[in-house]
This record gives sequence, C-alpha cells and structure tokens, in this order.
Amino acid sequence: MTKAKINNVDVEVPEGTSILWAARKANFTIPTLCNHPDLVPGGQCGVCVVEIEGIPGLKRACMTPLGEGWKVHTHTARLMAIRRQLVDLILSNHDTDCLTCMKNNNCELQTLAATLGIDTIEWHKSENKLPIDRSSVAIVRDPNKCILCGRCTQVCSSIQTVNALAVNHRGYDTVITAAFDEGLGNSVCINCGQCVVHCPVGALYENSHTEEVWQAIHDPDKFVVVQEAPAVRVMLGEEFGMKPGTLVTGKMYAALRRLGFDAVLDTNFSADLTIIEEGTELVSRLKTGKRLPLITSCSPGWIKFMETFFHDMIPHMSTAKSPQQMFGALAKTYFAEQRGIAPDKIVSVSIMPCTAKKFECQRPEMNASGFQDVDFVLTTREIGRMLRAAGIDLNEMPDESADSLLGEYTGAATIFGATGGVMEAALRSAYFLVTGRELEAIDITPVRGLKGIKEAEIDIDGLKIKVAVAHSGGQARRLIEKVQDQLKNEGKSEYHFIEVMACPGGCVGGGGQSWGSNMAKRARRGESLYAEDRSLPYRRSHENPSIKAVYEKFLGKPNSERSHKLLHTHYYKRSAVDGKIITEK
Amino acid sequence: MYREQIIKKFNPTLDNILYILHDLQDNNPEHYLAKQDIRICADYLKVPYSYVQSVASFYTMFSLKPRGRNIIRLCDSPPCHLMGSQSLLDYLKKALKVNVGGTTEDKAFTLELTSCLGACGVAPVMMINEEMFGNLTPAAVDAILDKRRKEL
Repeated sequence: MTKAKINNVDVEVPEGTSILWAARKANFTIPTLCNHPDLVPGGQCGVCVVEIEGIPGLKRACMTPLGEGWKVHTHTARLMAIRRQLVDLILSNHDTDCLTCMKNNNCELQTLAATLGIDTIEWHKSENKLPIDRSSVAIVRDPNKCILCGRCTQVCSSIQTVNALAVNHRGYDTVITAAFDEGLGNSVCINCGQCVVHCPVGALYENSHTEEVWQAIHDPDKFVVVQEAPAVRVMLGEEFGMKPGTLVTGKMYAALRRLGFDAVLDTNFSADLTIIEEGTELVSRLKTGKRLPLITSCSPGWIKFMETFFHDMIPHMSTAKSPQQMFGALAKTYFAEQRGIAPDKIVSVSIMPCTAKKFECQRPEMNASGFQDVDFVLTTREIGRMLRAAGIDLNEMPDESADSLLGEYTGAATIFGATGGVMEAALRSAYFLVTGRELEAIDITPVRGLKGIKEAEIDIDGLKIKVAVAHSGGQARRLIEKVQDQLKNEGKSEYHFIEVMACPGGCVGGGGQSWGSNMAKRARRGESLYAEDRSLPYRRSHENPSIKAVYEKFLGKPNSERSHKLLHTHYYKRSAVDGKIITEK
Repeated sequence: MYREQIIKKFNPTLDNILYILHDLQDNNPEHYLAKQDIRICADYLKVPYSYVQSVASFYTMFSLKPRGRNIIRLCDSPPCHLMGSQSLLDYLKKALKVNVGGTTEDKAFTLELTSCLGACGVAPVMMINEEMFGNLTPAAVDAILDKRRKEL
C-alpha cells in the first residue's frame, strides 16, 4: 500500500495506483479527456496534469503511479490556467458546430469545456476543413472533430487487432485515417464500431438511417416490421436515464408500437431458430468428425474479420445466417405469407447494439426473400433519438408483448447478447438433439462472464465436447491461431465448437451501444440477460412453440432445402489491404 | 519482382523497416513508396498494412506520391533563411511552376524543403538527389536546373 496526501487529504491505495484513481478515492475528480477506464492511459491530452511537492515540472495523473509520502496538488492556480489553455488549444483546432453534432449533449470535450468554464476561444480558429469520410456503410469519420486522443487507434490495434485506423503524418498535419486515407469503407475495418463507442467527441459515429426509417413509417403504403436484438433490451433503458442493464423488453415493445411500427417482432425468435439450424449443423459435424471445430457466425464483425485475416477458417464456419438475417429472410416470406402482405410492401427494420449489422444487411447475398432481407439497421442510439424526437419516454411505457409469428422466444435466445450465450444456448439444444433427453444442468457457467478466452467441456452421453469462447478481435485472433496450429501439427483441434463475438463482452458491448460505456456497464447488461433467461418459461430453443410452428408450416426440417435457401449463407475471401472480396480466377 | 529481391536482403525484423522502405523507395522508378511497396514490406515483416503506411507518412524522407527524377531539397533552416532562401524558394516555384511538394509536368523536378543540411557556411544551400549546392543565387539555380534538364 502507498500512503500519500492529495490536496492535504490522506489517501492509502494499492501500490501502482495512478494519481488519477487515488485522487478519486480522496473525492477529487481530476479533469481528463483522453483517459478511458478500459484502455491503457497514453497521456495524449495533458488535461490531468498535477503538481507534486519536491518534484519539478508537472505530472500527468493518468499515467503517474502515486509515490509514498507524496504531497499532490490537483487544482492550484497554475494547474487551472494550464488546463484552460490546453482545452482552449484543442478547441481552436476543433470544429465546434456542437448544436448539429451527433455527439451534442454526449461529448466529453463539451462537458470538459463546461466543467473548466471556458467562455471564449482565445486562439485563432482553424478554418481548414477536411473532407468527412463517408465511404463505409456503417461508420462515419469526421477528422474535423478529432482531437487525436488515440483511443480509437488503441482499441482498433490493441484490443481488436484489426488495425484499420492509424495515426498518419506528424505535427500539425497529424490525422487519424485508414491506410492511404482511402476511407474506412476501403480498408480492413470490420465495422465493429469499438472506435465509435470509445471516441470522446463526434469524430466517429454510425452511418445513420433514422431518416429512411421515418419515411417508411410515415408512408401509408408500407408495412414496417421491426426486430430488436437480444442485447437491446438491456441497453435501451440507458438512453432514457435508467441504470445500466435495466431490462426493458415490455416497455421497448410498447414504445416501438407507439412510434408507428406496424408489427413489433423480436430478433430473439430468430436467435432460437439460429440455434436449431446451427445446433443441427454441430450434431452432423460431430457425427462425421469433419470440419471441426464448428465456429459460430452470428457476429458480422467477426465474419468480416475471418474473411479478411483467416481465409482457411471458411470451411469451419457455420453456414447459418445471423439471427438478424434469418429474421429478414422470414419476414418477407413466411410472415408475409401468413399475414397476407405483399413482400414488396414490407420494410424490414432491425434495432441492433451493433454497427457491423449495417454492413451485414447490405451484403449482396443477403436477399434470400427476393428482396433485400433487412432494409435498415438502427443502433440503440438511433432508436433512442427517434423515440425522444417522437416524445416517447421509455420510463412511462406499459409492458406489452411482441406480435405473433416472429415474436416468441426462450431464455436460450436472450443470452445471445452476452459473450458465451450462443455457445450455452447451442449446447442446451445439441444435448437434446443427440440424446433425445433434456440437459439437466442448464446453466453452463464456465462460458459466462467477461474474462478472456473461456473454455468448457460438456459430456453428451460419453461424447466429450470441448468448447471455447472468444470475445473481441484480439482474443479471436489468439484462439484461431491456436486452432490453426493444432490443425497443422496434429491434424485436428482440441475444440469441437467455438463461439466468437467481435466485441469485448459480446453484443452487450457492441458498437451501437449508448455513449459513455465501459466494461462495468457491459457486465451489468450481461447479468441482466442471464436474469431474464432464468425468468422465462422456456429456456431451450427447441421448446419455443413458434419455432415448432415455423418448421411445421413453412421450413420443414432443420437444414432442409428451404432452410438452406433462406437461412444459410456463404463467405468470401477478402483482401487484408482493402477488405474487398478477392475474385479468384 | 525487383521488390522481392530488395526485401530478401534484410532480415524480417521490425528494426529493418526504415532500411527496407528506403531501399524500396530508391528503386521505385517514380522515387516514392507505392501501395505495392507498403504491401510487400507489411507482408514481409508480418505487421499491419496501416502500420507501415503510418511509419512511411511520419518521415519526411519518404514520399507517398510519385516524384520527379531530380528531387530538390531547399534548406529551410534559420541560417539559410537569413541568407535569402525564402526568395530562392519563390524563384524555384516560379521557374518550375510548382508549389512545395509538387512535381513538374515533365517529371524532371520535385520541389521539397528540408531542415539544416549542415552546410551553413555556404548558405543558402540545397540538395538535388545526393548532390549538394551552396552559395546559391537565382543565376546559379538557373545554371543548375539547365544542366540537370540536359542530363535527362
């Protein structure tokens, strides 16, 4: 333990604690800008400088461990003046069109300027405007807002190991861009949006489709159906000031209905369907012993990651589409048929915790229904904005239910939103598919939680199945490299089934979550999903009555010809330079 | 093909990145680092493409756009400034009809600035490719440019 004084207040913290965190323990919040609880401090902004008696110069509180017996001062006249000048300098080079900025009211720089009481920008304001990068279908980058804090590049390189964004040039000309400034849409970017959720300002945000969705809602000729991802029900509350992880399923249905959607359905239904299709695929691969390990395909960020960096894993991927796309294919076929609506009148909207889903729905092969299966993807933030614009307060909503056909779901579906959830859900059903009996120990806790790569072994009537779960690009890379080594050296991998989600924490940590997120919030959202799972009458996907109905009335059997046409897909090899599909001669 | 021969001269370790990039640039017929140069370096060192591009963009001795046969580097440091490098720069811009960083239409010259070349005694100075020229005046610059043009 280290003992010291911060502004004459005694503190005792574990050795190695930064001055920033030690000060919080003494109830002093040192202003910061580039610091983020989930990232390694880089000291780029310098706003958190402090003075230490007997040590010349200033120290950055975020990256200076508190020393024994130190007397630290955090708000002397000198420090206050320096902080103001630093922020002033940042603002002189920042496009301050706050009123029309995507981050208005959620900007860390805006908050900091208010906290420090900046009332004028004394430095000459830069007039140079750089072009906004709109090349990506998922993510927009505005270099004029960028403050070069480096959070996006750190998350993109260290955590996700994608390396789409990098710092280019130097000095006053420094910019953060994709390679050769050719735009994120022409790079290896996997659209995961972790850069977006870590950006303190409005330099990175989703490519918004709220206008298009409003138009569809206001068009009387269109029948607008909406689906919501598992993670959205534990995330949307935060848009309305609720505690992180508040479960709002019923209120969410009510709010969406009041917004004007013609049918409020649920991605959780198709999550159950994914389990049946993927579970059947797992069982058949276990029987033949070929193309193992089977790897999940629900995360569109992971799909592009795999297509770009791990071409040899394509045969191992589950061909099952993600729940969003299964839903899309059924909405314009099965749902349209059952409800007697012309499929060309249906506009299919999905609400996702994800930016990569915007890329997924626009993939050219995602038109099994004969139309683009999912027309528009909205992030949790976008639907939050739409609801607020319509004057709908989620807090005041009654609890309602989803509409029938594509709305019913089990506990197995809802845990898709947390890392390890797809694995757990698949095992619950695979056990039944192999043995004909139900898995008694239904909670498979080793695959839950936010620790790194998780492993577990399940005994299915003497058949030992080894599974692994990775969440984040970096973990996926480590795990898949291990599998590659095993396949190369031993001819087979120790794993039978692998779940990969591109975002840390799984979908509850997706690029479409509310601003100002961190791992602690992601953990609470995950716990809420497991709580909902426990509360539901059905907890195994194959028990879902609506799933039984869709097979009876429409699809026939799992992995049938019709299932394959509508619910399965294929993958491409992509270039590790520009992310484009490599056409083979 | 020549690129593969270049990189094979070096061990595939990250400390060689600048040597590799210099060699690739020197051998590029347009005297710059093309995307293929960045790509082959990234693949050889097993580092991300964006990383190599980022390194190349940081150093002023690397160019990421095509350059002319003669790369003029006029010294921009204070001693040369005092001895009239600013008016020489204006003169060069007018004579070559390019701005700093630009390349003449005939691809004969690219105009760049550099920091101190360590020849302040004969300021103002400039380099063309590997050769140094001191005590420059507009007339001297004219003569040098003419000679270089004839050598093309």
